[in-house]
Amino acid sequence: MHNIDIDLSLDGLSKIEGHGALDLKVRDSKVEYIKFMITEPRRFYTTAVEGKSCLAAPAHMSRICGTCSIAHTMCCIEAIEKALDIVPSKEAMLLKKLTMYGMMIRDHALHLYMFSLPDVLNKDSILDLDESDQKENELLHQAFEIKAAGNNLSKLVAGRAVHATHPTIGGFLKVPSAEESKAMVAELKKVRPYIFTLLDIFARWEMRLERETTFMALVTDDFSFLDGTIQNSKGHRIEEKSYADHLENVVIPYSNSTGYKFEEGNYFVGALSRLNLNKASLHNGTKRDAGKYLAMFPSKNIFHNDLAQAIEILHSIDHSIEILENTVFSLEKRQPPKMKPGRGVGVIEAPRGTLYYLVQIGEKGEIVNAEVIVPTQQNQINIENDIKAYVEQNLHLSKEMLTHRIEMIIRAYDPCMSCATHFLNINWI
Amino acid sequence: MSKLKIGWFSFSCCEDSTIVFTELMNTHFFEWKKKIDFRHTKILKSNNVLEGLDVAFIEGAIATEKDEGEVKRIRAAARFVVAIGSCAVNGGPSAQRNKFDKSKQEKISSQIMQFGLNDRVKCLSEVIGVDSEVDGCPMSEDAFLTVLDKYFTIFGVNNA
Repeated sequence: MHNIDIDLSLDGLSKIEGHGALDLKVRDSKVEYIKFMITEPRRFYTTAVEGKSCLAAPAHMSRICGTCSIAHTMCCIEAIEKALDIVPSKEAMLLKKLTMYGMMIRDHALHLYMFSLPDVLNKDSILDLDESDQKENELLHQAFEIKAAGNNLSKLVAGRAVHATHPTIGGFLKVPSAEESKAMVAELKKVRPYIFTLLDIFARWEMRLERETTFMALVTDDFSFLDGTIQNSKGHRIEEKSYADHLENVVIPYSNSTGYKFEEGNYFVGALSRLNLNKASLHNGTKRDAGKYLAMFPSKNIFHNDLAQAIEILHSIDHSIEILENTVFSLEKRQPPKMKPGRGVGVIEAPRGTLYYLVQIGEKGEIVNAEVIVPTQQNQINIENDIKAYVEQNLHLSKEMLTHRIEMIIRAYDPCMSCATHFLNINWI
Repeated sequence: MSKLKIGWFSFSCCEDSTIVFTELMNTHFFEWKKKIDFRHTKILKSNNVLEGLDVAFIEGAIATEKDEGEVKRIRAAARFVVAIGSCAVNGGPSAQRNKFDKSKQEKISSQIMQFGLNDRVKCLSEVIGVDSEVDGCPMSEDAFLTVLDKYFTIFGVNNA
């Protein structure tokens, strides 16, 4: 094959959360450079929160991101509770899990149906699905009913699907009534069968990109995205409080966000890592009914991140039904948190991967210092390396097709640019 | 039936109102497909056209000169502009650095220069003319639907 030169510039990636761009230069059939750029202006949240009361911090940090605002709320609460030595009650933990599940259902469904599904169906947009076609019409109705179910679960438990109002330091301000729980269970049971259509679509998708990398995730014993040990595919086990000590912050001069390496190597965080490392902890109903899809994991195929997200929707529905059917919530009397100086680390699994909060609190309960590491920052280097590998293996494709495929790879990561541009801290290396 | 030609744009913000917009589709998708021509909506499609818009809905504050130029191009392509959410309406959390004290300003100053950010983050009306506002963080669903309905009426979409 003759040597190939390509200059490619993608300004304004579509069907992702936030703003990103990409420049690629190929000379003599080798990628000379690839620049995956997060182009949103920085908003300096970790500086802005300094001096604020820790009681106000979760709602403030929630504004880092619209689509995964609940992840920021819950991770910030966890870090502050640890700093103040507050141990959440059993009921609070159940409500936290339901809050995470509502977010996962809504957020994953948004990504899978509105961003990725058009790629699978070879269409530009969900707007292009044909309502007169029975299958596509059913898919559209299923998409919006599943999204609504996640939205409604969030509203019921967390107050809102975006910038939740019920979760607070030490518990929840409102809890679902028995009647509300019953109605929510009925809605979740109605949409559950739809997930199998989605699983089938993404399991059959022929797109493939495999490359050696490290898969990393918080491994929880009930797959509730909240508490556990950070593990990776190389056998490392790390306590939540030590996570940042193992990461290297890397300046990416052309991007508005820094990236991260784990022990000098790139790594992946997200649903694919969670399935690769922890599928045994999924709900029994999910394992019973989605066995043939679970058998596809562990997988190195980045496009299986979509399938992994679909499985997580099913798990979130199954565990939510179990919790709601077996719990009578009572609005527990909460004592006002006792302020004291302290340092706390929160680590949870956000929809797009591992989210880390370090919070230091002063004597009056004010935030002295806050550090946040988000999933898209951690995946930034892995994304570039994946695209480089794909391009060098597929130089026979037309420039137009190559451009489209690169966008599909980026979408498979489900990146969140708003999250990645929240902060100040840079460690120049 | 003639459709309302819209664009949906975002600048410096968390895109919470964009997410609310996509969640409103859970109940309005089939109605909106009949009534709306989504000419420029990057959250939904790749093939976007920045011309001949009846209404541009713009979320977020303006933090760079590049974004000032972009939002002026949007203004020129649209008959009406609606500011969406707190950051667009009043700067919101995206403009929090405008009120930083001296020590915080010094802390971020090198990055303001390095990333080509404006000294001050501006709300939308400081940069372009704004015809309607939908406030909230995220935007109020009811207020957005009311404004959308107003433009359906202005452009004769409700009566078609």
